[in-house]
Amino acid sequence: MSAILNTAGAVVSDHEARRTVRRERINAAIRYVLLGAVFLVMLYPMLWLVGSSFKSNSEIFTEIGFWPSKFNLGSYAKGWKTTSEYTFATYFLNSFAIIIPRIIVTVISCVLVAYAFARFEFHGKKILFGIMVGTMMLPTIILRLPQYLMFKELGWLDTYLPLIVPSAFATDTFFVFLLVQFLRGIPRDMEEAAQIDGCNPVQLLWYIIVPLLKPAIISVVVFQFIWTMNDFMGPLIYLSSVEKYPVSLALKMSIGATEEVEWASVIAISVVALVPSIVVFFLAQRHFIEGASSSGIKG
Amino acid sequence: MYENKKIGFIFVLPFFLGVLGFKLFPFVMSLALSLTQYDIINPPEYIGLENYKELVADPLFHKSLSVTLAFVALTVPLRLAFALFIAHVLNFKLRGINFFRSAYYLPSILGGSIAVSVLWRFIFSQNGLVNMALSRIGIEPIQWLADEHYAMWTIVLLNVWQFGSAMVIFLAALQNVPTSLYEAAEIDGASKWQQFLRITIPLITPVIFFNLIMQTVNAFQEFNGPYMVTEGGPLHSTYLLSLYIYDQSFRFFNLGYGSALSWVMFAMVVSLSAISFWSSKYWVFYSGEKDKK
Repeated sequence: MSAILNTAGAVVSDHEARRTVRRERINAAIRYVLLGAVFLVMLYPMLWLVGSSFKSNSEIFTEIGFWPSKFNLGSYAKGWKTTSEYTFATYFLNSFAIIIPRIIVTVISCVLVAYAFARFEFHGKKILFGIMVGTMMLPTIILRLPQYLMFKELGWLDTYLPLIVPSAFATDTFFVFLLVQFLRGIPRDMEEAAQIDGCNPVQLLWYIIVPLLKPAIISVVVFQFIWTMNDFMGPLIYLSSVEKYPVSLALKMSIGATEEVEWASVIAISVVALVPSIVVFFLAQRHFIEGASSSGIKG
Repeated sequence: MYENKKIGFIFVLPFFLGVLGFKLFPFVMSLALSLTQYDIINPPEYIGLENYKELVADPLFHKSLSVTLAFVALTVPLRLAFALFIAHVLNFKLRGINFFRSAYYLPSILGGSIAVSVLWRFIFSQNGLVNMALSRIGIEPIQWLADEHYAMWTIVLLNVWQFGSAMVIFLAALQNVPTSLYEAAEIDGASKWQQFLRITIPLITPVIFFNLIMQTVNAFQEFNGPYMVTEGGPLHSTYLLSLYIYDQSFRFFNLGYGSALSWVMFAMVVSLSAISFWSSKYWVFYSGEKDKK
């Protein structure tokens, strides 16, 4: 192959080489323009909303520019206070009271299961793996009703348990799949060496596998954080007392409370509601995008 | 690698129990429920296929079904097309490309949230950003949320805007296409467009297939957007099956009917997946061993 390229390279004249360089430059310029245009269309709505959150109620509906004429923090204060008896501080704490335990049990259970699928032989492994891929394609909405009845029987309604406990059993199969794919791409030399040195499977997992899996684990944490923050139907079904509402339900409440929506404060609080996810996304985005993309391919 | 079969099974045990308890058992239970009349207060009563017969005659079900199919048929191809196109552009070695990659990914990360649904509703409201922009170019404001002909487009746009997750997967696939193939094609005088059609597309068909299936399953389940932005309306023009299932199951507590509805959705997802799998042998190419150097 390289021989062909070399001969071809020799044939290309100086003139053509210069033309190629120019064409490459034009190509790059076109791509930048395209990227910029798409960026504007995709992200401008978000920028505009952040700007709008500082605008006065009348300016919101008349000004297409995102820069407010003067910064008005009143909407934030009003939105934060809410029309209910709790402030958004309560709702944010509630969200974290769901998210943090859920992330912990997800990581533990999914790493264990991925380790088993990627590194062990056992009876029924192929069938179980098939079931895992199959359940990724199963619309979860079908399972909502029976699960609701189960949790009702267990007396778990209006608690966070239905939102946390299933994750302790590696039911978020996407994460298991992601971790398995990642593990398959890691050579086993280190594990073999450690095994010869007398490591047992648990030590292998802790000292070798977990450190190697770190980028994929970060992806799991970030995804689970943002998905749980975004989750709406789960809390909607299982939670009934307002004092236990997470941010998503509280936002829904703020828009449904009155006929005339108080846009200024609703926008302000929606912007605040997005902050934790955006922070987590940008803190981890490098690992995150790599980890996410490794789930679909490789092998 | 490890021969010890018991240890492997111990590690996989949480998943085994989880699938059994939280997936398979509810799955079977939902089928059983769909054959009953059950309002949660009185014990379930077996009524055979009555719920399904009722579905056939239910105009709201027909409406909801056609709305769902329209939504899936619009969202999935548009999302995949955007995802592939942008991934192709992002696959270029340009300065600052990583910034664009993250920026385009952001909407699909946040897009499913209630906060974004609320904001979307605001952007498409009577005096919202979209109508303001349209008025600048002389177009009369459109009643995006109140007109049944436009409401569907607002939730389709909300979903297409979130093409990032498919894009990331495409991008990784594009980066695995050996550059030597393009170089060879270049020498043979193939245009960029020909290269895209003849080299890129065939080589990434497995990933197109993966994205197609996952995006279809996701589109069927879309809930937050129509629930928050259009509330299923106007005139049920955005009343997706997921909303109907939710209403029947958790608002009216027609648990049997709600289960029957969800089994219709399941049947549709399964048949669409089956068609995709069946057709895949004609258009999905796995390069397999040949490609490995």
